Amino acid sequence: MVDPENKTPENKVSPPERQYPDPKKKIVEEPPTTGHVWDGIEEYDNPMPRWWLWTFYITIVWAIIYMILYPAWPLVTKATSGILGYSSRAEVANEIADFEARNEVWFQRLNETEIAALRDDDELERFAVQAGGAVFAAQCSQCHGTGGAGVQAAGYPNLLDDDWLWGGTLEDIHLTVAHGIRNETDPQARFSQMPAFGRDGLLDVDEVDAVVEYVLSLSGQSHDEALAEPGGEIFQMQCAACHGADGAGDHALGAPALNNQVWLYGGDRASIRESIWYSRAGVMPAFDGRLREAEIRAVSVYVHQLGGGE
Amino acid sequence: MAILDHHKKIETHATLLLVLSFLVVTIGGIVQIVPLFYLENTIEEVEGVRPYSPLELAGREIYVREGCYVCHSQMIRPMRDEVERYGHYSLAAESMYDRPFQWGSKRTGPDLARVGGRYSDEWHVQHMIDPKSVVPESIMPSYAFLMNREIDGQYVGDLLRTHQMLGVPYTDEMLENARADFLAQANPDADHSGLLERYPGAQTRNFDGQPQLTEMDAIIAYMQMLGTLVDFSTFVPDPSR
Repeated sequence: MVDPENKTPENKVSPPERQYPDPKKKIVEEPPTTGHVWDGIEEYDNPMPRWWLWTFYITIVWAIIYMILYPAWPLVTKATSGILGYSSRAEVANEIADFEARNEVWFQRLNETEIAALRDDDELERFAVQAGGAVFAAQCSQCHGTGGAGVQAAGYPNLLDDDWLWGGTLEDIHLTVAHGIRNETDPQARFSQMPAFGRDGLLDVDEVDAVVEYVLSLSGQSHDEALAEPGGEIFQMQCAACHGADGAGDHALGAPALNNQVWLYGGDRASIRESIWYSRAGVMPAFDGRLREAEIRAVSVYVHQLGGGE
Repeated sequence: MAILDHHKKIETHATLLLVLSFLVVTIGGIVQIVPLFYLENTIEEVEGVRPYSPLELAGREIYVREGCYVCHSQMIRPMRDEVERYGHYSLAAESMYDRPFQWGSKRTGPDLARVGGRYSDEWHVQHMIDPKSVVPESIMPSYAFLMNREIDGQYVGDLLRTHQMLGVPYTDEMLENARADFLAQANPDADHSGLLERYPGAQTRNFDGQPQLTEMDAIIAYMQMLGTLVDFSTFVPDPSR
């Protein structure tokens, strides 16, 4: 603003007047305030952004729809069940029923085929190997290894070779998977017990040492001939009933073969001595009840075809 | 909006605001929490669930102490992939005597809600000592030291009493026999009749294979009973719950 009392002298050229924007022209309408004043600070009462407001309204509508469709309000004995009748338990039951329905043809064929003949049908075998592989990865690999090689020194049998403890036919494998070995949960579990010859005093230290040398000789390892000879006599009296006169083992008793290079708990002198002194007894859980019969059959086929099936 | 004008009275009186806020939160809490105590579909009666035996409870304490729950959950959700892998989905009743519950929220390792009977004791011992020896891809640390920590159950009666105070229905008979039961469960040669009467289905044997009683015995006793109390061959859960 130019003060009219203080006009520029006539001889001076006045600069052009600067144009300031008029703040009142920019804002079309002053928004109302809420009327709250804190230390002279006022609060505008602007409307909420429209997108926000509509999202808010939609969530309210959705909540109402959800309450009608799904279980929501707790009443006297149970909550409102909703017109969809949803329950997570029913959903999982449906999912499983749906899965079973899709595989019904195959499960039925697996269940109806003679166990020994499961690998005779190429188509069925292909299904069983795939299904059994999935079961193996989830249920068996923790002990027998992802690839089925076991953990030999710790007593988890290798399933890739043809050396079997309880038999390697499809029927044997099926029985082992279904009922397990030496577990306390399944009365049909395979069971046998090796005596702890040293700990329980069935043999003295010298006798155990002699048997160790004889067992070493059975698998063609270097051994003490002088000890192996009396060891052989003891072996025939104490061990041959289960492990066989020639150390070939017995599948009916789960007695391992001692005349090959496959060892479940190590085949060196110290390991063999420990096995004879304290005995060994691996345990396998029963999968009857944990798995469907068709899955047990499928995993039996899978194990059978890993390499050593009889 | 005349009623909103009164809001100023609440806003300008701190004490009134506090009292009314508390009231609102209380109502919200009551609506959410109270029905859980009376609704029939949250309290499912399940046969077979019993309080933990003293040795199992001690194993559970070790489980909590070692922070196993940080990597392992004990909660099989009702989803097909979980049910197919771990077994029947967990029921609320199965953790009714857990103080605190061990559902967990993180699965670095697998769920353990039904690990009982899934592996042999020897596997558990081997796996605790050196997890990679049986599961090469495992990143679980070694808990071999549990083999060396002997326990004698001197204070296990107090532990049971604490749980009794928290609402677990331990009887006076259970408290009196706590230490005897504790020692008997891991001793295959002991008389187990009293233990089995008080804790039906308790598994009795030398869990870690060592002559002395160690923390390894306790934690394996706990592992081997997890999820085994309910017989799902006879129990069919109500699908609508």
